[in-house]
Amino acid sequence: MIKIQNVTKEYGSITVVDHLNLEISHGEFFGLLGPNGAGKTTTVRMISTLTPLTSGSIWIDGKNMDRNLSDVKIKIGVVPQYNNLEGEMTAWENLELHGRLYNMPKAIRRKRIAELLEFTELTERAHDLAKKFSGGMKRKLMIAKNLMHNPTILLLDEPTVGLDPVARKKMWDLLKVLKTKGLTVLLTTHYIEEAEVLCDRVGLMNGGKLVELDTPEKLKAKVGECVLEYFTKGVTQSEFFATRKDALNRAASIEGNVNIRSSNLEDVFIKLTNRSVNE
Amino acid sequence: MGFVSILWQEYILFKRKFWSITIGSMIAPVLYLIAFGWGLGGGMRINGKDYINFVIPGIIALSTMTVSFNTIGNSINISRIYDKTFEQFMVAPINMFVYAAGKIFAGTLRGMYSGLLILFLTLIFKIGMQISAYFILLMILNCLVFSAMGFTAGIIINSHADMAKFSNFVITPMAFLCGTFFPLEKMPESLKVFILLLPLTHTTLGLRSNSEDLVTLAVHPLILFSNFLVFFLIGVRYCKKAE
Repeated sequence: MIKIQNVTKEYGSITVVDHLNLEISHGEFFGLLGPNGAGKTTTVRMISTLTPLTSGSIWIDGKNMDRNLSDVKIKIGVVPQYNNLEGEMTAWENLELHGRLYNMPKAIRRKRIAELLEFTELTERAHDLAKKFSGGMKRKLMIAKNLMHNPTILLLDEPTVGLDPVARKKMWDLLKVLKTKGLTVLLTTHYIEEAEVLCDRVGLMNGGKLVELDTPEKLKAKVGECVLEYFTKGVTQSEFFATRKDALNRAASIEGNVNIRSSNLEDVFIKLTNRSVNE
Repeated sequence: MGFVSILWQEYILFKRKFWSITIGSMIAPVLYLIAFGWGLGGGMRINGKDYINFVIPGIIALSTMTVSFNTIGNSINISRIYDKTFEQFMVAPINMFVYAAGKIFAGTLRGMYSGLLILFLTLIFKIGMQISAYFILLMILNCLVFSAMGFTAGIIINSHADMAKFSNFVITPMAFLCGTFFPLEKMPESLKVFILLLPLTHTTLGLRSNSEDLVTLAVHPLILFSNFLVFFLIGVRYCKKAE
């Protein structure tokens, strides 16, 4: 379990994460959703010990997270936003290095590399240099690398950023498989659909604070199941309704074109913060 | 295991770039040999020896210094700031002390490789050089000092441009002032005191030493080792705090 207690991160006078409290259960697929600068990446970096906390504490399975605690670090896999692969090493060598750093015995290492290359559909490219891979393949290799040591917790920071829609959908399939394997996953994203498709619970972050936290369905229910949109006085207006019937009734009284659709997490975010997730 | 893993990674990268590393390591020393050894120094004698025999230990000191420093300094700096591969070691269950030791040892091996290439060149060009265990020890210590200095600079300095500046202000002056191409006796007394504080001076003096006095022989390795220890400990300290 990941427990974040009253965590704050400040850079000089700027507060990036502000008294964050959060608990993520075993086997949960948890999403942190928010625009750039919301504090999502800093939160992931603090959990993985890459960034020290200004105050508060982070607990992993009851142990206080510390950069020098090997037995806690071994439980975590960290996939950052960028692909920090050794470009001059092959896919196989990148995985081998990771296995060695995590002290895996040779036989287990080799077996795991074969499994993960197959899982990420990279077996045929195993001996190609990582720098020659496409963006999608690099992301897959990053995930394979961080699953090498069989972590119980996987931190995914914007795993599909920069991928084309096809590669993104493939990555979601891969992540859905991980979901079935009982791994605890913390995913940060600013893609609404990604959070809705993958996450059991979603935390909405803005300005370093957690503004709302619930399942995607309950979050959407809080603003209303349906959204009515219409253009008037140079601005698109949105109104939320509990049912489609209510939205249709209201639409009848509006002149011009209207659009009725199901609400999504972006609507929740905008309603709560007056900001878009994609800012 | 972490130490061996780092060396394994460096070995893979070395193997992959073997020819560019090997040829790259030989270009500067060969140019120095041609320009200073045979060109400017042709027919010149120092301490009763041909200048070429005088300058080769200087070139070895200089080359092992630059290769050790640049290999690790640039690699750490790039991996920390640009390609972020440094982070995979930070999140891995290895101690930063072990990480520093592995990287510095790898830099030392690269420095030694360039030094041994120069010795190989002296065999090809039939330049009579006497190589003792003491000579090799000083080469190793020189590589350790500058590899540790490179590691520390790579960890502390926050841009590649500033790494180049550091090299310009620290490494380049040492390369020319620490008795590499001419004897220290030719330097002004006031400057000599400062130059004797620099580690490369002790490498060049030691590599050319003919003394059998144990105390004199021990001074240079001890000073080099102290320098290594200081840079290593500073590097580890900053590495533990790196973000």
